[in-house]
Amino acid sequence: MTAAPPTRTKTMTMVAAINDALALALETDPAVHIFGEDVGVMGGVFRATDGLQARFGTERVFDTPLAEAGIVGMGIGMGLAGLKPVAEIQFAGFLYPALDQILSHLGRYRHRTRSRYHLPMVVRAPYGGGVHTPEQHADSPEAILAHTPGVKVVIPSTPRDAKGLLLAAIEDPDPVFFFESIKLYRSVKEEVPEGHYTVPLGQARVVTQGDDVTVICYGGMVEVATRAAEAARAHGIGVEVIDLRTLVPLDTDTILESVAKTGRVVVVTEAPRTGGFHSEISAIIAEEAIEHLQAPIVRVTGFDAPYPPFTSIEDVYRPNPVRVAKAIRQVMAY
Amino acid sequence: MFQLVTPEGTVPQPDLLPDVPTRLRLYRLMRRARHFDERAWVLYRTGRMGVFPPYGGMEASQVGTAAALTHDDWLFPTYRDTGAALTYGLPIPQTIAYWRTSPHGWAMPQNLKVLPFYIPIATQYPQAVGAALAEKRQGTQNVAMAYIGDGGSSEGDFHEALNFAGALDAPCVFVLQNNGWAISVPTRTQTRATNLSRRAEGYGIPGVRVDGNDVLATYHVTREAVERARRGEGPTLIETVTYRIKPHTVADDPSRYRTEADTAGWDAKDPVLRLRTHLLAQGHLTEEDDAAITRDIEAEFEAALKEADAYPEPTPAEIVDHVFAEPTPQLRRQRAQLLAEEEA
Ligand SMILES: Cc1ncc(C[n+]2csc(CCOP(=O)(O)OP(=O)(O)O)c2C)c(N)n1
Repeated sequence: MTAAPPTRTKTMTMVAAINDALALALETDPAVHIFGEDVGVMGGVFRATDGLQARFGTERVFDTPLAEAGIVGMGIGMGLAGLKPVAEIQFAGFLYPALDQILSHLGRYRHRTRSRYHLPMVVRAPYGGGVHTPEQHADSPEAILAHTPGVKVVIPSTPRDAKGLLLAAIEDPDPVFFFESIKLYRSVKEEVPEGHYTVPLGQARVVTQGDDVTVICYGGMVEVATRAAEAARAHGIGVEVIDLRTLVPLDTDTILESVAKTGRVVVVTEAPRTGGFHSEISAIIAEEAIEHLQAPIVRVTGFDAPYPPFTSIEDVYRPNPVRVAKAIRQVMAY
Repeated sequence: MFQLVTPEGTVPQPDLLPDVPTRLRLYRLMRRARHFDERAWVLYRTGRMGVFPPYGGMEASQVGTAAALTHDDWLFPTYRDTGAALTYGLPIPQTIAYWRTSPHGWAMPQNLKVLPFYIPIATQYPQAVGAALAEKRQGTQNVAMAYIGDGGSSEGDFHEALNFAGALDAPCVFVLQNNGWAISVPTRTQTRATNLSRRAEGYGIPGVRVDGNDVLATYHVTREAVERARRGEGPTLIETVTYRIKPHTVADDPSRYRTEADTAGWDAKDPVLRLRTHLLAQGHLTEEDDAAITRDIEAEFEAALKEADAYPEPTPAEIVDHVFAEPTPQLRRQRAQLLAEEEA
C-alpha cells in the first residue's frame, strides 16, 4: 500500500527522480539488479543510472553485451531464480529484437506455470519523440506491450510520479514495462519527496478539473494536453485532463466518471493512429459510457507511418497543443 | 593479423601489394572519406548537419572493403559506415542530405544497390544473406557485403546470419569492424572472445583477421573474399581491427568512459597517414600530387554541399508518403488532414 509520502522534498528532473528511485531500490532490496547497454560505467545514454555502478558495484549494476533478446531473456531467468531484474532497453524503438522473449515468455510465465513461477521484472525504456532523434529512436510501442497479456505498462509524466511509479513497478510481483518520455527527461522539474514512497499502478491522475471536455493522455502527451487545456480555459471551456499513468492496469473508473460528467472526449497519443492504445480507450468509452456522450470521441495521434526522422517536419507528426485545442473545439462544436 | 604495410611503413610481403594505380585510388578514396567526416563535424557544430556518427580513423576499414565491390554488388552499411557508402558510390550531396535528416538522403539512387544506413543494430545481417542468396538464385555472380560493429556482433541476428550464409552457401562478405567500443562498452566487456574472426569457425565459414588501419591489407583480404563468393565458394567473415578515435556520435562525451591514454597510440596508426608515408617513400606520390588531391576533394565537397543546400525542405505531407504502393483509405485521410493543416 501507499505509505504517506515523506514530507521533505527536493527539486528534480524526471531523469533525476528515476535515478533516485533506482538508487533507493538497490539500497533497500539486495535482489534488485540493474543491467543493460551502457548503464554501468557511462550511467546510461540519458544518465538515468548515473553513479549507480560506482555506488553499488559491478555485480548489481552492469553493462551487458549489445543484445536485447539476451537482456530480456537473461532477466527472465534471473527473475525465475529469485532476483529482481531491472533492465534498461536503450530506446523503446530497439525493444523489437526482444519481442520474442516478451511475447513468448515474459507475459506468460505465471499463466503457464499456474503461478508456480512469476516474473518480478521491470524493463525501462526511453520512448517517444520531440527531441529530433535519428530514425527509430522516437517510437512509441506501448500498444504492442499493452496488447501482450501478462505484462503491465507504466508511463509517467512527472518526476514525482516517475519515482513513485518506478518503485511500485520494482515492488510489483509481475513484469512491468516502464516507458520514459525522452522529451520529459529534462524539460520538467518539480518537488519530489525524498525517501521511499510509491504511486500505485492502476490509478489515473486528474491533472486539471473541468466540466466540458475530458482529455485522456499519458506520458509525453500530458504536457501537450495540459497546455491545450489552459488555452481552452481562456475561452471559457473547462477541460479535465486525465493522465492515465498506467495503461495496464487501466483505471477505467476515473475515465468513466469524467466522461459521465463532461460527455465529450479527446484522446491524445503520439503513437501511430491505427490500432493504438487510444483506440482501446475510445472503445471502452463507447461500450460503457455511450449514453453520456454528447459528441463523437476524437483521437489526436501520430500517423500511420513510421515516426519521421526528418527534423523539420517531426513536430507535425507529434501532436502539439494546437492540434489538441482544435480537437477540443471540434467536440465542443458538435 | 594480416598486414601489408606496418605503421612504420615497412612492407613484409611486397608481392601482395595491389598495383600503383589501385594504391593511389585507395589513397584518394580515404582522403575523400576523411574530408567528409571532418566537414560533417564542422557542419554539425554550425547547425548545418544532424547528429552524425564519425568514423575518422576507420577509413582503411571502410574504404578498403567497399572498394572491392562493383555497383552490381550489394552494400548494407550501418550508421557508422558513411565512408564505405561514399566509396561504393553514394553521391556526396545525397549523403549530406541523409545526415541532415532530409528525405532526399533517404531515396537511394536507382543505379546503386545500397541501402540507407542501418540504425537498428545487426538487423542488416540476415538481410544481406537474403540479397546474396537472391543473386545466386538468379544466376548472377554478385555478392552482398554487410557491415557490423564489435558490439553488433553480440546480437542474435549476427549469429543467425553467419549460420544461414554458411548453410545456404550465400555469396556474402561479412565485415565486422572491431573498433574497440560499443558506445561506452569496450570489447572486453562485450565478449570474452578475443579474436572475433574465429566466430566464423563455429558456422563452418572462413574467418579473416586483418589490420583495419592498413587499407592495402583490408582491400586485399576483401578482394579475396569477394572472389571466393563470386566463384560460388560461399561467405567469409572479415574482422577489421581498428579503433574509434572519435566519440560515438557528435553528441557523445567519451571522457565519461575512456581516458585519453586509451586512445593515444591509435593516432600513430592513422590509416591515411600510413598509406601516404608509404606512397611518398616509394615515390608514387609527391607533395604536389598530394596538394592537388586536397584541392580536388575540397572542391568536390563544396560543390556537393551547394547541391545539398539547394534541396527543398520536406513538406508535412511527406510524413505519410511511401508507406504503401497504394495509400490505404486511412492514409489518404491523414494526408488530406496534413494538407488542410498546411493551408490553415
Ligand atoms: C537494436 C539496437 N540496440 C541498441 C541500439 C543503440 N546503439 C546505437 S549504436 C550502439 C553501439 C554499437 O556498437 P558497435 O556495434 O560496436 O558499433 P560502433 O558504434 O562501434 O560502430 C548502440 C547500443 C541500436 N541502435 N539498435
